[in-house]
Amino acid sequence: MVTQTAYLDIPWGIILILLPLVGAMFCFLFPRKVKVLGLITNIGITMSVFGLGWQLLEQGIYRHSVGGWGAPLGIELYADGLSMLMLTTTALVGFAISIYSTSYFNQTLAVRFWPIWLCLLAALNALFLSADIFNLYVTLELLGLSAVALTALTGSKEALTGAMRYLLATLLASLAYLFGVVLLYHSFGSVDLTVLAETIKASPAVWAAMGLMGTGLLLKTALFPLHFWLPPAHGSAPAPVSALLSALVVKASFYILIRLWFTLFEPLMDGDGVETLLGLLGSAAILWGSVQALRQSRLKLLIAYSTVAQIGYLFLIFPLATSVGSVAWNGVAYLIISHALAKSAMFLSAGNLLHYGGHDRIADLDRVVQRLPLTAAAFGLAGVSIMGLPPSGGFIGKWLLLEAALANSRWDLVAVIILGGLLAAAYVFKVIGHTFTQAPVTHEAKSVSASMEWAALLLAVGAILLGFLYVPILSILEISEIAITSGGGL
Amino acid sequence: MTAAIFYALVGIALFCTGLFGLIINSHLLRKILAINIMGSGVFLVLVALAKRTENMPADPVPHAMVITGIVVAISATALALTLMLKVVKETGHATFPDDEEK
Repeated sequence: MVTQTAYLDIPWGIILILLPLVGAMFCFLFPRKVKVLGLITNIGITMSVFGLGWQLLEQGIYRHSVGGWGAPLGIELYADGLSMLMLTTTALVGFAISIYSTSYFNQTLAVRFWPIWLCLLAALNALFLSADIFNLYVTLELLGLSAVALTALTGSKEALTGAMRYLLATLLASLAYLFGVVLLYHSFGSVDLTVLAETIKASPAVWAAMGLMGTGLLLKTALFPLHFWLPPAHGSAPAPVSALLSALVVKASFYILIRLWFTLFEPLMDGDGVETLLGLLGSAAILWGSVQALRQSRLKLLIAYSTVAQIGYLFLIFPLATSVGSVAWNGVAYLIISHALAKSAMFLSAGNLLHYGGHDRIADLDRVVQRLPLTAAAFGLAGVSIMGLPPSGGFIGKWLLLEAALANSRWDLVAVIILGGLLAAAYVFKVIGHTFTQAPVTHEAKSVSASMEWAALLLAVGAILLGFLYVPILSILEISEIAITSGGGL
Repeated sequence: MTAAIFYALVGIALFCTGLFGLIINSHLLRKILAINIMGSGVFLVLVALAKRTENMPADPVPHAMVITGIVVAISATALALTLMLKVVKETGHATFPDDEEK
């Protein structure tokens, strides 16, 4: 019993933020040992996430005042069910991508990749543990800068211009968000989310703050029509980086958006103008992104546009969910994690195909099924989850959204959800079809290492397995003070 | 109009000028400068609004935030400038590819 209480007293939240930073520094100092150092850090992170999860299950919501200074002055760390799920997803996806990266990068690139990736991991963990809007700004900037640096990693023409576009978009978005923070702080004298939720009142400054923060976060999440920076950045980055960006980085800004919306702004809303607008943009993103994906001839761009479409589904939370813990809310939380697993699996398999054939033109994929069966299986399984076929995680997420749309008699959204699924099937099968046939152009094939194939396959299997974990995942999601203290609003 | 409100309005004006500059200029250096002007605008509003009433001393928290903001802005500018130099070295132009076609 003594050891158990000692284990529960460890401040896992602090370790989750400090460990990757220390790891990044060591990677920087000992460039020859980057792979080992990076893997050790990732193992440490995964264990700390489980430690934090245990604490959360035993003691409820996690709070920690850094350095003993409480909310108004100091920085507080906070984790509830949603943050826990995001942290777990980050740790697991990050771990698989790390394994993949040990074989993917040569020594020159590995020396650059690992320190920045560990900084990105620290930024993600800090973001999911933050409870005040200014801290969220700092983590957003850390995240944005490391993501841009990773995009530019290879130094090719496309990668550099893609990274530049991404950098300008992300800086603009952060400044808009910061302006919102300024207005909220001036009006209510606090940046702490819990304090703000109690004191916030409708006023012009609040609406201006909502507009600025919302626009900034939409730009970072790449919601249609603010997605212009995403395909070039995600399409030209190295495969593990694209996987990180699509699976985790865009979800981080969406996470802030729903946190702010459901704790601060939603209880103040009179009409449903904003919800309708976001729902419309989400629907437009689903259809536009899927059609664009279908039109691409390069595999990585197809997957990048598919991300634009899948992000659209997340925004259906605004017209469908009225409170934390409702059906649509659970559905979107489910979609976030299943998309993270499936999309990273897809990008990693695309990386394998690119490495194998030296190109990612879909029409020239040459009998991949026979030559790289594990990679083809990974792509197929991930595709099942993206399309939303049972028994995958994507199916549960979309089913819950569909249920909420039916319950609210939103037939337009029902149509969009189903149509989006059909279009997703079309673009996934377009790729799978070409993997079976012989290509007109044959090419010199390079061998792909087993760890790269298995990392992709494990992520894809994870996306399918999520379909069976409905009950435990929802029970973790229920650890939330808003769902308990309020029936409808705060 | 108090001095604080005046500075805040100047800050908003700077933010809008920067945004305008970011959109209409195609040269990357000008875009980076525009982002910096926007940042200065936000920082000015933050510092100015710290003084809530005439007689009370100013709230120190926004000043601490501005320092954090400036550190972030410096690192972001450094990254942006390095990236711009690399883009120029690779492509020979300090603009985005599709801006050249227009």
